[in-house]
Amino acid sequence: MIRVVLPAHLRTLAGVEGEVTLDVGDPVTMRAVLDALEATYPTLRGTVRDHGTLRRRPFVRFFACEQDLSHDEPDTPLPEDVVSGREPFIVVGAMAGG
Amino acid sequence: MSSVRVLVGTKKGAFVLTSDGMREQWDVSGPHFAGWEIYHLKGSPAEPNRLFASQSSGWFGQQIQRSDDGGKTWEAVGNEFAYDGIAGTHQWYDGTQHPWEFARVWHLEPSLTDPDTVYAGVEDAALFRSRDGGRTWSELSGLRKHTTGPSWQPGAGGLCLHTIVLDPVHEDRMFAAISAAGAFRSDDAGETWRAINRGLRSEGIPDPDAEVGHCVHRIAMHPARPDVLFMQKHWDVMRTDDAGDSWHEISGNLPSDFGFPIGIHAHEPDTVYVVPIKSDSHHFPPDGRLRVYRSRSGGNEWEALTDGLPQSDCYVNVLRDAMAIDSLDACGIYFGTTGGQVYGSADAGDTWRPIVRDLPAVLSVEVQTLP
Repeated sequence: MIRVVLPAHLRTLAGVEGEVTLDVGDPVTMRAVLDALEATYPTLRGTVRDHGTLRRRPFVRFFACEQDLSHDEPDTPLPEDVVSGREPFIVVGAMAGG
Repeated sequence: MSSVRVLVGTKKGAFVLTSDGMREQWDVSGPHFAGWEIYHLKGSPAEPNRLFASQSSGWFGQQIQRSDDGGKTWEAVGNEFAYDGIAGTHQWYDGTQHPWEFARVWHLEPSLTDPDTVYAGVEDAALFRSRDGGRTWSELSGLRKHTTGPSWQPGAGGLCLHTIVLDPVHEDRMFAAISAAGAFRSDDAGETWRAINRGLRSEGIPDPDAEVGHCVHRIAMHPARPDVLFMQKHWDVMRTDDAGDSWHEISGNLPSDFGFPIGIHAHEPDTVYVVPIKSDSHHFPPDGRLRVYRSRSGGNEWEALTDGLPQSDCYVNVLRDAMAIDSLDACGIYFGTTGGQVYGSADAGDTWRPIVRDLPAVLSVEVQTLP
């Protein structure tokens, strides 16, 4: 199972508390995780990625294993520690606004 | 006994203020959607417990929320606003052409008769309609594809469609206003549109009486007299008696004819309210005195309404969607400020008092008069 940490506003929107876990088939990529996230929680469609283009929204970042994956290609396999569930895939609302 | 429900959108959440017909004691609920910008909330005239809210965030984009119990509980409905066909371009601040890009929903206008139909005015300027209670949205693209569309350019707040007025008599007639393009009218339920800006004069554009390019801030209609519209333009308060075919100025003795909201008394179609603001760069009231101005003659002669409003050191703004009028007798007037106050008058503006004082900056105020 893939562990995903959502920012507080998206947890509220999705109606969840704490981490969410997703069943994602191989290969486990950012696109596959986000597809599963949006399929499980449809209210999150358009909040992390734009509708249509599925591009990451500008003030959303993706972290895992102390790395910023935000600029990786969406079909890049995620780190093994995320795939194994040892580490979460973290969706972050970027620090902005001073 | 009748009651009122005031719907307040702020920079950091929504608030619902309720009172009985006396409008003296208020119950405040909220913040709903805490931390999100709530540009606008509005109830369905056909089903008053159905409310729609525009919830947005610079981080996480747009949500549309719907309540079917008067704001006690909410459900996120559809948030996909896809422009019809090839989006095309409009003029950008630097004079280049810029792709139409969806940013947010500024205004939600529920149908007068069908609780499942609601219109949304969005930035970049376009009109959308949902016929399933907000779950899915389709663009009425005849407006954006108006021949003048490529020449529209954003005002300081963006290229936003912020005003939608539905005609209760001519059921296929509707009005929309866009900053900074102007006012438009459709006579076929939104399929096709014509610019209705004759008579407007804007010194801030190269051709002051051009067909489009005017920064219209807000339009108001009295339902009993739908051919008469009142407009607060960037500068100038205007009136039309022929559904927008021609406009004339009614600023008269106002201390400033710059402002954002404009409203009409529920039972007196010639009684009009504005909130003068010093200028487009100041965005606060003249002389630090918060005054609502009322005309009982359809314009030109205006009286200051000050009783209960701060008359010194007041430097707040009142935004375009932040004034509303109930239909009780005597009718109530409500407005919210960028300082977080919501003021109410239960006597048509003669006296005022704050309902709440310390909300986040108020973006919008609507009121429902309930049986």
